[in-house]
Amino acid sequence: MARYLLSRLGQSLILLLIVSFIGFAVLTLAPGGPLSQFALSPGMTQEQIDKIANQMGLDRPVVVQYFDWLSHLLIGDWGTSYRDGQSVLHVIGSHLFATLLLMGTATVISVTLGSSIGIYSALRRGGAFDYTMTVFAMVALSIPTFWFGLIAIYIFSLNLGWLPAGNMYTVGDGSVLDYISHLIMPATVLALVDVAIWSRYMRTSTLNVVNQDFVRTAKAKGLTGRRVLFKHIVGNSLVPMITLAGLQLPMVLGGALVTETVFTWPGMGRLFLDSLGYSDYPVVMGLLMASAMLVLVGNLLADITVALIDPRIRLD
Amino acid sequence: MTTLSTNSAERKPLIKSRALRRFLSHKLALIGTIMVLTLTFACFVGPYLLPYDELYIDLMSRFAPPGTNGHLFGTDPLGRDIAARLFHAGQISMAVGFAVMIIATCIGSVIGVISGYYGGAVSAVLMRVVDAFLSFPSVFLLLALAAFIQPGPVMIALIISATSWMEVARIVEAEVKSLRNQDFVQAAHMLGLSNRWIMFRELLPNAIGPIIVAATLTVARAILLEAYISFLGYGIQPPLPSWGNMLNGAQQYLATAPWLAIVPGVAITIAVAGFNFIGDGLRDAFDSRSDLG
Repeated sequence: MARYLLSRLGQSLILLLIVSFIGFAVLTLAPGGPLSQFALSPGMTQEQIDKIANQMGLDRPVVVQYFDWLSHLLIGDWGTSYRDGQSVLHVIGSHLFATLLLMGTATVISVTLGSSIGIYSALRRGGAFDYTMTVFAMVALSIPTFWFGLIAIYIFSLNLGWLPAGNMYTVGDGSVLDYISHLIMPATVLALVDVAIWSRYMRTSTLNVVNQDFVRTAKAKGLTGRRVLFKHIVGNSLVPMITLAGLQLPMVLGGALVTETVFTWPGMGRLFLDSLGYSDYPVVMGLLMASAMLVLVGNLLADITVALIDPRIRLD
Repeated sequence: MTTLSTNSAERKPLIKSRALRRFLSHKLALIGTIMVLTLTFACFVGPYLLPYDELYIDLMSRFAPPGTNGHLFGTDPLGRDIAARLFHAGQISMAVGFAVMIIATCIGSVIGVISGYYGGAVSAVLMRVVDAFLSFPSVFLLLALAAFIQPGPVMIALIISATSWMEVARIVEAEVKSLRNQDFVQAAHMLGLSNRWIMFRELLPNAIGPIIVAATLTVARAILLEAYISFLGYGIQPPLPSWGNMLNGAQQYLATAPWLAIVPGVAITIAVAGFNFIGDGLRDAFDSRSDLG
């Protein structure tokens, strides 16, 4: 187990290194660059710009800048925001909770709803429900998340007045119920695409399990249909789904970015957009790294969980 | 003199193939084809049939609801005809989609075929790069690039391609790896054909089915991604319309002029769903096992 963990951890770190290099190179080499915002100020001479570049270390070769940035990153110094001088780590940390809350809720919705649909479709394969859900899944995958959000706001906030149109809580309220009423719409909107994906994969996974020997054995032993379904089929078809949940993370995170914008949710996605607007390179770079880390940690956890619960996988 | 065919099997012309028959009997795929063709027709012919030009500003008839005064889908905050803008935007959004399909498929195929053919260290390095690109939430990378470069439509297509080629690379790599040791490749080696010839003339054509499927789905994905970044204000810049940037200001008028949000969104959904349906049909058509299930 220890060896497996170490090798997976090593792979993740190498990936993170490649990711950091791609991200850094792209941001540094893109035309514009961190200095462009200073160049826009009226009365700024080339001399002054050069001086700023020198002070910020931006006149050094990209590779030197990269290793400088990386070595600071490793000791926990992610730089300071150009916008308000706060440490990047602190800025990201203060937005992390909102995003995790949104993504977590959306994942719970998509896992329960998606796998129920998937299992039921598989058991009634070729029936009306199965066919309807196939079409539903493909349509759901084609609706832009932000547009679905706009339509949801139009219907449930503006016309019916059931749910608040944005923000994470009402100022001055902040009760659990208040949080929940703000959470329902963005979480459901974010979950839609994943419900579609989960139901498709769960259907396939269940179909694979249903035809396996141990299910036939369980039936032959005379177990009731419900017991076979929940103990033998559902449990086993969920195992590959754990890996899928890890692989879906980048998409959920990307979806969270636009969902947060539409619902003015104070998370990392909106922070990212705000920072782009201000050309706040350190925060943008920090968020790219943080999101890549989140994805890699998620994948790592998924792989470990699968290895722990699936006896067919030998760890050494 | 006889020529030696180095192909694994005789390939029938596409028009008579079983794949085409299977595709045509796939209901969803046909619906998708009709959706895409109708939309394409509307976008390219529609502008000539409408009474208004997409740039014509009429401040006297701002926010006209659909159907008034010959404005099929109403007007926007500047009094421009939404239908005219929608069709024009469709040309741009779909052009971006197809450009991305071509660029991303080329990048993905080249990387995939090199990685699959050489294997070993080359494959290990290339596939780690693929993994690295996949572990970025692509929307983040895309936005960062678009925001700092402030690009035109061509650059947008290139940027979206840069985050869309990995799927094709993986598919081609897997496909080529499984074909690499087959007899026809050995035969090609013995004939003294160059590596490049074997990769692009022998191996790649045999992976064409999965490539076409992935390419179709890439169009859908690219249209979606363009809509995302244009909606957020970093994609195609006005006055050039795109489906995404038509939605950009729509949220603030949601209560008073909901058609601003509804119309472009429906167009995006139809286009993306159409290409997804076609992709699904093609997948079933090329998958020789689908006869069994």
